[in-house]
Amino acid sequence: MTPAMLVIFRRELKSYFATPLALIFIVIFLMLSGFFTFELGSFYFRGQADLESFFSYHPWLYLFLVPAIAMRIWAEEHKSGTIELLLTLPVTVADAVVGKFLAAWIFAGLSLLLTFPIWITVNYLGDPDNGIIVAAYLGSWLMSGAFLSVGCCLSAATRNQVIAFILTITVCLVFVLAGFSVVLNSFQGWLPVVVIDVIAQLSFLTHFDAISRGVLDLRDVLFFILFIACWLFATAIVIEIKKAG
Amino acid sequence: MIEIKALSKRFGNFTAVDKLSFTVAEGEVLGFLGPNGAGKSTTMKMLTGFLTPSSGSVSICGFDSQKQSLQARRMIGYLPEGAPGYGDMSVRDFLKFVAKVRQIPVNQIDAAIAAVVEKIRLSEVLQQSIDTLSKGFKRRVGLAQAILHDPKVLILDEPTDGLDPNQKHQVRELIRNLAQDKIVIVSTHILEEVSAVCSRAIIIDHGRLLVDDTPAGLEARSRYHGAVTVKAPGIGEVEAAFGDLPGVAAVEMTDDNVLTALPQSDVDIYTEVQQLLAAKSLQVEEIFQEKGRLDEVFRSLTGGAA
Repeated sequence: MTPAMLVIFRRELKSYFATPLALIFIVIFLMLSGFFTFELGSFYFRGQADLESFFSYHPWLYLFLVPAIAMRIWAEEHKSGTIELLLTLPVTVADAVVGKFLAAWIFAGLSLLLTFPIWITVNYLGDPDNGIIVAAYLGSWLMSGAFLSVGCCLSAATRNQVIAFILTITVCLVFVLAGFSVVLNSFQGWLPVVVIDVIAQLSFLTHFDAISRGVLDLRDVLFFILFIACWLFATAIVIEIKKAG
Repeated sequence: MIEIKALSKRFGNFTAVDKLSFTVAEGEVLGFLGPNGAGKSTTMKMLTGFLTPSSGSVSICGFDSQKQSLQARRMIGYLPEGAPGYGDMSVRDFLKFVAKVRQIPVNQIDAAIAAVVEKIRLSEVLQQSIDTLSKGFKRRVGLAQAILHDPKVLILDEPTDGLDPNQKHQVRELIRNLAQDKIVIVSTHILEEVSAVCSRAIIIDHGRLLVDDTPAGLEARSRYHGAVTVKAPGIGEVEAAFGDLPGVAAVEMTDDNVLTALPQSDVDIYTEVQQLLAAKSLQVEEIFQEKGRLDEVFRSLTGGAA
């Protein structure tokens, strides 16, 4: 981390807590994750001491909540004009892009950590494999980074936060749905198998499925890391293009 | 030293800045003038590296603004148009943030902030968040962040826009004081500002350089340069006599009792006017000679003449 990146990271992270945004986000995140786990995931009914019903809904939870964090990252800078201030300071575009992304990612991670009561609950009720749970938490955090990186890029492309929000949801939805067998089947017959495989490989669901069951495969981890890197790179390009007018 | 060579910026088919070339030396305060939309802000955005030029180059103290962008940006303090700031931060936190990004050594940050706060009189709002500040204070915070690291080059986009007369005066004082060993570029469309702070003025329109001169030189281009205005009761009746004076190009009556005699270029008509006044034994209430009217020069140059 360069010094400039660290300074930007700190400012960003602090800015989440300067307004009620952080509080509202965390409360809604916790409420929804509880609702998904207990109501839709039938946590008690399954009678198993694991958190699969908790983690398996995370892609859907992130689909709506992560774009809400991501939409402001760059759109707000465009709107308020502070982007002109930031980018004329002696910082590289990479410093700004990564610093801002990391702040949002740490914030998402913090929200995720605050779901710990469910981990206490499952340990109180039974005897789960805590290794699996830690792996799944890590995987879920990685996936939230993937959602965020898409949001970062689309937020850089517009000064309108609502547009950034809707675009991010749409693009993320594509990456979630790409792993659904219903969607994949609809491609069958008119797309070569190789292409369908690639599409399936690009899906969050494909990679998160194993992780949510506690199998932290290096390939899945790499997928998310590469995915994030690509979208952050794209963010930097979008910003450079905007500079070129 | 700032060197700008054939700088151009096109947005699609629209040319905002068209082959602009000029240099600014240390100690100069350059007034950057032009009507709205003339390309002032676009030029400043290219100087500070925020916009990439379509062609041409900018060199800031020997650093190319594109190829050695970071070094160039370190030399510059910049107040963007509208003085943007992070609204949710307090003034102190915001200045601290800028100081850290500017890599001012940690043990000198407090002193640097204290110095600009004193200079720009910000102490009363230091703890307030930027969102809650008045327009005047916001602009001063923008100025404070621009001079925090004592930059060699100061680029200010409309620094006095939205300030009250007292604040305008303060900001102009500040710019004059800062200017000694720096390069200052100030964009404005307030003409009084040019004579008040600038040692040199550039007028651009449609992205092209129209004039590069001193404020006095600009004033000398006015048809009112050296004009004599007299207020005397009954002077209207002898208007024709003033028109016939040698060296007088034209006579204007702005009031029944106020007459302005415009000289032919480079002729001093003050003595002739005085002699005529004595000869006609008029009771003179006021008499003065003008240096020239910048607004008139500006309008005739930028096509708003009528």
